Amino acid sequence: MIRPHGGRLVNRYADESERQAILEEIKALPALDLNRRETSDAGLIANGAMSPLEGFMTRDDYENVLERRRLPLGLAWTIPITLSLKNAALATKRPPFKAALRTDDGELIGVIDVDDIYTVDHTREAERVLLTTDAAHPGVQYLQSVPNTYVGGRITLVKKVIDDERFTHYLLEPKETRVLFDAKGWKKIVAFQTRNPIHRAHEYLQKCALEAVDGLLIHPIMGETKKDDIPADVRLQCYQAMIAHYFPRDRVALSILPFAMRYAGPSEAIFHAIVRKNYGCTHFIVGRDHAGVGNYYGTYDAQEIFYEFQPGELEITPIMFDHAFYCKKCQGMASLKTCAHDKSQHMNLSGTKVRELLRAGEALPDEFTRREVAEILEKYYATASENPTR
Amino acid sequence: MKNDKVTIKIPRPLYLKIQQLIGESGFDSATDFIVYVLRDVLSEKGSENREEFTADELKSLKQKLRNLGYLD
Repeated sequence: MIRPHGGRLVNRYADESERQAILEEIKALPALDLNRRETSDAGLIANGAMSPLEGFMTRDDYENVLERRRLPLGLAWTIPITLSLKNAALATKRPPFKAALRTDDGELIGVIDVDDIYTVDHTREAERVLLTTDAAHPGVQYLQSVPNTYVGGRITLVKKVIDDERFTHYLLEPKETRVLFDAKGWKKIVAFQTRNPIHRAHEYLQKCALEAVDGLLIHPIMGETKKDDIPADVRLQCYQAMIAHYFPRDRVALSILPFAMRYAGPSEAIFHAIVRKNYGCTHFIVGRDHAGVGNYYGTYDAQEIFYEFQPGELEITPIMFDHAFYCKKCQGMASLKTCAHDKSQHMNLSGTKVRELLRAGEALPDEFTRREVAEILEKYYATASENPTR
Repeated sequence: MKNDKVTIKIPRPLYLKIQQLIGESGFDSATDFIVYVLRDVLSEKGSENREEFTADELKSLKQKLRNLGYLD
């Protein structure tokens, strides 16, 4: 089984004796408030998905990630995992000290051993990580919405973080997916990351990859996404429909990743690969404009970035795919790499065109998406148009 | 934390070899590289003896995986 990043799967959940001690002291501690993204991150730190991180980044971690795309000891890492300080009164408190972690529901989920409180430049962070400072970029908007003082230190959680109760059925932690892969005898596992429904082009990439490995983990992000992304419950129905009708059941697993998208394109592609390595995957599908949004990144920038790392640094193997589509001449799915025919034979729809068709109540072509998925999306859009607040 | 370090001596030829090795890597110094390698080795040793699940947790997980249709 592939080793976690850094060699060890982190576990920052308190054991029973530690839990009781924390619960006794927690109410007397100063509280640090977490927004939804930070709460998700805390859960993923605690369950090992973000190994080797054991807490929110200190300045040393943060600066190394921004400047070198690596943690201080040299491990590849491209997304800063940070906790913004919302309680200004604590900004002058001198570390080290212990604080409670409080969600936006007011729930105390654990503690942090605060090692560092530091001020950052969000414009610089956006430049280095998001590769843009455009205020229209959702990642930039997030940075502008949080204080520019961060708190770093190791965390210990006393309860599991559940981002959305509706999806716990499909929520497997890294140590659990590793048990699954071992039980199924899978030695090579490819992960497919998505924040969208799976259409035929995605299905094609997954099946091409599956030919070369033992199993496929469909690992959609079900944390915080943009408002115009398809809602998580609708997407889950799409994934279930695809697996039920078009994939061999003994070769595919579906589990959700409760992570808040950063839309950071190349930086996030590396991060996504590292996280899936922590889940036990040996391969990772990287398609066009992975983790991108709008036109901020070149179509293949998220593939090119992998070549900035030495092969042994990431260990998980990226499988790069070109633009895929239905070719009328090939009479099947193909990509720019495998199709000998010109564009006039290619059937493809942009995301914008798909949304237009759905909003107009028109059917999506079978060459673009499977009928079972189309029906789910068509029903969602029909309902959404009747209830415009969705 | 700042004084929580010790000095270790290694043979000079080994040090020079490490310097050559890290030339085009992401490591800034031989120290960073050595700490990374040692940490990796020690983590691997530690994980050999760690039990990830209690017997009840493993039983519960396997039932969850059966309910999902992933295990018989």
